[in-house]
Amino acid sequence: MKAMQDSLLAPSRFQAWEPLLWLLAFAAPWVVPGHALIVNEIAIVALFALSLDLILGYAGVVSLGHAAFFGFGAYTAALFAKLVMPDPLTGLLVGMAGATVLGAVCSLTILRGSDLTRLMVTLGMALILLELANKLDWLTGGSDGLQGVVMGPVLGRFEFDLMGQTAAWYSLSVLLGLFVLARRWVHSPLGATLKALRDNPLRAMAIGINVQLRLAVVYTVAAGVAGAAGALLAQTSGFASLDVFALDRSADVMLMLVIGGVGWLYGGVLGAVVFKLLHDVISGITPQYWTFWIGLFLVVLVLVGRDRLLKPRSWFGKPKAQRDSA
Amino acid sequence: MVWQTKSTTGFGMSSAPIVLKTEGLVKKFGGITATQDVNLSIAQGARHALIGPNGAGKTTLINLMTGVLEPTEGRITLEGVDITRMAPEQRVQRGLVRTFQINQLFASMTPLETLAMVVSQQQGLGGRWWQPLGANRKVVERCEQLLSLFRLTEVMNQRTEVLAYGKRRLLEMAIALACEPRVLLLDEPVAGVPAGEREELLHTVAALPANVSVMLIEHDMDLVFDFATRITVLVNGAVLTEGTPQEIANDPQVKSVYLGHSEELTHG
Repeated sequence: MKAMQDSLLAPSRFQAWEPLLWLLAFAAPWVVPGHALIVNEIAIVALFALSLDLILGYAGVVSLGHAAFFGFGAYTAALFAKLVMPDPLTGLLVGMAGATVLGAVCSLTILRGSDLTRLMVTLGMALILLELANKLDWLTGGSDGLQGVVMGPVLGRFEFDLMGQTAAWYSLSVLLGLFVLARRWVHSPLGATLKALRDNPLRAMAIGINVQLRLAVVYTVAAGVAGAAGALLAQTSGFASLDVFALDRSADVMLMLVIGGVGWLYGGVLGAVVFKLLHDVISGITPQYWTFWIGLFLVVLVLVGRDRLLKPRSWFGKPKAQRDSA
Repeated sequence: MVWQTKSTTGFGMSSAPIVLKTEGLVKKFGGITATQDVNLSIAQGARHALIGPNGAGKTTLINLMTGVLEPTEGRITLEGVDITRMAPEQRVQRGLVRTFQINQLFASMTPLETLAMVVSQQQGLGGRWWQPLGANRKVVERCEQLLSLFRLTEVMNQRTEVLAYGKRRLLEMAIALACEPRVLLLDEPVAGVPAGEREELLHTVAALPANVSVMLIEHDMDLVFDFATRITVLVNGAVLTEGTPQEIANDPQVKSVYLGHSEELTHG
């Protein structure tokens, strides 16, 4: 009984290295203030990747248009700051709420069909929103982007600075908060039912799970989290432009998950760190051709496998599959 | 005499109330009639077997009962409630649960996680996101019972995809029982199980709780005649006959149409 409860609860317990990792992240803008802006960017895309992992890794819903919610959150937060009030936290909540509502509406489109249908439908949604933001230029600024977003201080005390330290800590705090909630979510009975319908929707239905409703719920929640990431970007950069809806953004976040690993919450975070740092380093060396190296890295990663890539010792033995069958 | 050994459940067919009933059930796929006017009654606590040659429409009938398919005509009632148009998951919530002929499991989860998830769902905790799976004492207790009943305790922390076939077959049934069924439809529970792992499975089928009404679909005549107190024979989508194992064993129609070889039925 005790042993059983322990092995059920084990995945939900915090590991010793986790607080250390977060301490390191929070210390970074202070230790290397010159890189605070990139820390902020990493925190934002990590949150975005976390959101995609909730639907892709933990519920098996593929999406090539997750930027729809990221962008909607960004524009909602930017417009709120410009037209209503500049308080960041209120704006963040409004951005999340907007994306959540959009997610609930869009969830109706992903309930039917196979993975390919979902890829197309999600891609289409992002394209529709991109074109709407382009066309409604009286509201969104069109292709010039939404400018003149001035943010107030966080909690009424911490002004956004040019170095981006406040921005980095603000984004990291939001990431941490939502990460902890997402952690609870994936290790809960609800999270387990979502894994079940990812593994086998037919059986999930046969044990009394309302598959469609569960999918709609997780899609809506993930949309809200993506909206939060978008809102953070708009708030910390004081700007929202059409590229928040771009296909690149949806594809990049998918790449980050592939790099870091799907169905593991730190996968998105790790992927975001690796992807952003690679981007930063390589484009510093060769600004025009950095995507070549990212592409090469991805091909090697997928062909060799993440585990083998991270364990150089295994390069010299036989591949695992062959060893096992031998 | 095999059929005298298993009336331990003690329910006479005539006295026990009917829990699951189909009336004039018809299913047509285009021009093909897969189910023809099937009237079937499962009594409370029944050990009812549904047999028939391949292609007789046994699985179609299960799919109609569980809501995977919608009947062309007819009515299905569960404990007096019309469930003909009810969604599959609602039927499960009302206690109509099935197993699958081909394992339908959750490959990446362990048997313990799987059962904890199913039991949580069954106890109405499936929508909870703020507490961890396994936080609820009653859920863990039920998992413990199920794991030991289905002899899965040893392998409870292994991923389902690496389990031996026999163990997976056991988990298939454990999941169904974790749903606390009133009526359990077992679709060929021992299909494909190697001889060495078979005994374990037969024991657990025999040990299913007496208050659960069971309909067994099976090709294995040893199991059918060991287990069932009532047998329905399905041929070409229609009920050929229904009766006690003794009646079925002696029915010349069944011998000729379904079994062909009369010696298969005289083994016991």
